[in-house]
Amino acid sequence: MSSPVESPLRSEKALKHLRRRRAADTRFRVYGLVALGFALFSLVFLICAIAWKASSAVTYHVVKTDIVLEAGRIVPDGNASPEEITRNIEGFYTLVRDDLFAKFANLEDTPAVRKDFSALIDRLAVLPLARRVAKNPTLIDQTVSIQIPVSDDVDLFLKRSSPRSIPFRLGEGAQISPGQGTDEMVLRHPALESVLSSLTALGSQQGAPSVLVIADSAVARLTDLQDQTAGFEILAGDLADFQGKPLKGLIVAVPESNRTISDLQIAWALALKSEGIIRRVPHTSLLTSTDSTYPELAGSLAAIVGSLLTMLVTGMVAIPMGIFAAIFLEEFAPKNRLTQLIEVNINNLAAVPSIVFGLLGATLLLGTFGLPRSAPMVGGLVLALLILPVVIIAARAALRAVPPSIRSGALAVGASRMQAVFHHVLPLAFPGMLTGAILGMARALGETAPLLLIGMVAFVAEVPSSTTDEATALPVLIYSWASNAERAWEPMTAAVIVILLALLVTMNVIVVMLRRKFERRW
Amino acid sequence: MDTTAQTDHDPALTGEGADQAQALVYPRINCQDVNVFYSGKQAVFDVSLPVFDRSVTALIGPSGCGKSTFLRCLNRMNDTIDGAKVTGDIFMDGENINSPDVDPVLLRSRVGMVFQKPNPFPKSIYDNIAYGPRIHGLVDDRQELDAIVEKSLRRAGLWQEVKDRLTQPGTSLSGGQQQRLCIARAIAVRPEVILMDEPCSSLDPIATARIEELIDELRKRYCIVIVTHSMQQAARVSQRTAFFHLGHLVEMGDTDQIFTSPRERRTEDYITGRFG
Repeated sequence: MSSPVESPLRSEKALKHLRRRRAADTRFRVYGLVALGFALFSLVFLICAIAWKASSAVTYHVVKTDIVLEAGRIVPDGNASPEEITRNIEGFYTLVRDDLFAKFANLEDTPAVRKDFSALIDRLAVLPLARRVAKNPTLIDQTVSIQIPVSDDVDLFLKRSSPRSIPFRLGEGAQISPGQGTDEMVLRHPALESVLSSLTALGSQQGAPSVLVIADSAVARLTDLQDQTAGFEILAGDLADFQGKPLKGLIVAVPESNRTISDLQIAWALALKSEGIIRRVPHTSLLTSTDSTYPELAGSLAAIVGSLLTMLVTGMVAIPMGIFAAIFLEEFAPKNRLTQLIEVNINNLAAVPSIVFGLLGATLLLGTFGLPRSAPMVGGLVLALLILPVVIIAARAALRAVPPSIRSGALAVGASRMQAVFHHVLPLAFPGMLTGAILGMARALGETAPLLLIGMVAFVAEVPSSTTDEATALPVLIYSWASNAERAWEPMTAAVIVILLALLVTMNVIVVMLRRKFERRW
Repeated sequence: MDTTAQTDHDPALTGEGADQAQALVYPRINCQDVNVFYSGKQAVFDVSLPVFDRSVTALIGPSGCGKSTFLRCLNRMNDTIDGAKVTGDIFMDGENINSPDVDPVLLRSRVGMVFQKPNPFPKSIYDNIAYGPRIHGLVDDRQELDAIVEKSLRRAGLWQEVKDRLTQPGTSLSGGQQQRLCIARAIAVRPEVILMDEPCSSLDPIATARIEELIDELRKRYCIVIVTHSMQQAARVSQRTAFFHLGHLVEMGDTDQIFTSPRERRTEDYITGRFG
């Protein structure tokens, strides 16, 4: 030991101990950082994944065109009463369909082709148009501009999401000439070789992929692809449309028999899109329409309003009840066996699974009290019971955080106990109570299970106007949309999740702002 | 209630001065056999103590000797503590304040209190003072309230320092100023007695000196009971001193007598620094 002072802290053993202590410190800090990093990564990943999924639901494809509302089609028997007009959806539908059909001049007019064509637009999609006319019958026989969503299959294809299509470019220099058989034609182009090679690279599944060539609004299908030549079958447009034009193309890898949209329908959709009749527009109906069995017509308005009504009931019941219960328990109730028992039970209630509250609501509120099923009133009451313990616990913690010296100070100048609490303790505890209350509300906003049990899972096509109307809530809508089969529901579900998250974030921002406003030093 | 009439007794007529050689005053509060229990555990044993008007009574003793607990009996602040029980009689102007007929809220407006740590309300300086008069309905209009606030702050020696910033929060003041604000808050409701629970223990010597000056000033109008850890402080500000030990009142008398010729051995040991 070279040290002039012999200290036990400088011995080899002590130094080793010190090193170990420092190592433990560092390790602990590293663990913390790793945990934080993992949590952040998961959060960012989750948000990105949902946003990415939802992004394709931000826009959708609609048919946008001007149409003459012929009286003979939409009011065939001359009765222009609103009821009769809205009942005649079929008339509107065929009117719109035939108008579009007429844009394809050389299309065979057989019932089979017409039926095929009908798949571009779902029947119910004309309902808003019918309602518009019913409200304003002077529109009959006028030219109106309409905007009707195309069916989900067409929309998904045009968004390149399902079935997937791979674009290629042929360029100019194609020669199209009649082939051996009648009506058969052959396309010659040097670049066909590369198309063929990408086809082989795809590998053949259970059938042949479709290869489509496009020239502006004309679409043809290539069959029997060789190195330089291919069979050429026009699906939409004229032979003249292809001559001398630069050709583009699409490979649809999934064979026609395995998909919900045929080559012909693809051709029509592509043709209408290049003519500007089918357009991609912001998907506002997601926020302004109610639920539907057709994804392109469905929206979340009823669920948003249902959720807000439910939250209104929840907030009006749970927040005052929770806060007053907390004030009583914390400031006034004597500390004895009974209050201890109540305290323990409140803490336990906070841990009860939410579905149990749903059962309680179903038996007590629906069964015993006979409140209406599927109503925000019942949902709100059940959720209020669910978050009540959380609100009480948070409010009590906030009250306990107020220094007792404030109470003593108020009592010492002769304030009654109630004055001390309401004049001095409550203003200080208020931000904390508010945080607890809004966090509870946020939890209630995201609850699904109890609402399923009291029937708020119902298909609701009308926006609820009061707390006793049939309604559904956002998380329940997510649940029911996610369990639908069609691919188109997937981005829609993600979009509703984003709406729900946005509501939650808004609530939290409000809390932060209110906290800032009311927070006081003591 | 007319305070002046009650405090203006002629001590010569009361006849109480007989065994209190220097007392120019009569006992305002008379405690008889006061016991305090916290959840069954006894903290104060059979304390009998007179408190005289227009004088300062200091309660001294080592930590945990029950002096603060006893002080809190005088405005029934022990009622607010769960499990606390007080027995015995405390007469204030002949009325037993422990009797169930006495409203503790009203009592506390007659017996003000200043705490160990300054505890101004997180409100403006003005509202801190005005709170008491407001809740008791002592004032009818704003002018009257302004007058009370000014008078209370003047008496607490704080007016010159804060008159230009009455709207600022009371918590923005320094520790010593906060404590004087609390004193002003206590005297704003025109109490007859002021209890002080180690009012200078969290203050620096300069602030302490100011508070002590203030106590000396307030003595002319009020009956003051002060709990203190500092024997010098007791010697400086009080006229009478009571020494507590382990919950018992060991000795009580004029401050001069206690500090110069204590009757009890324990008192002597304590004031000479042999324990405590």
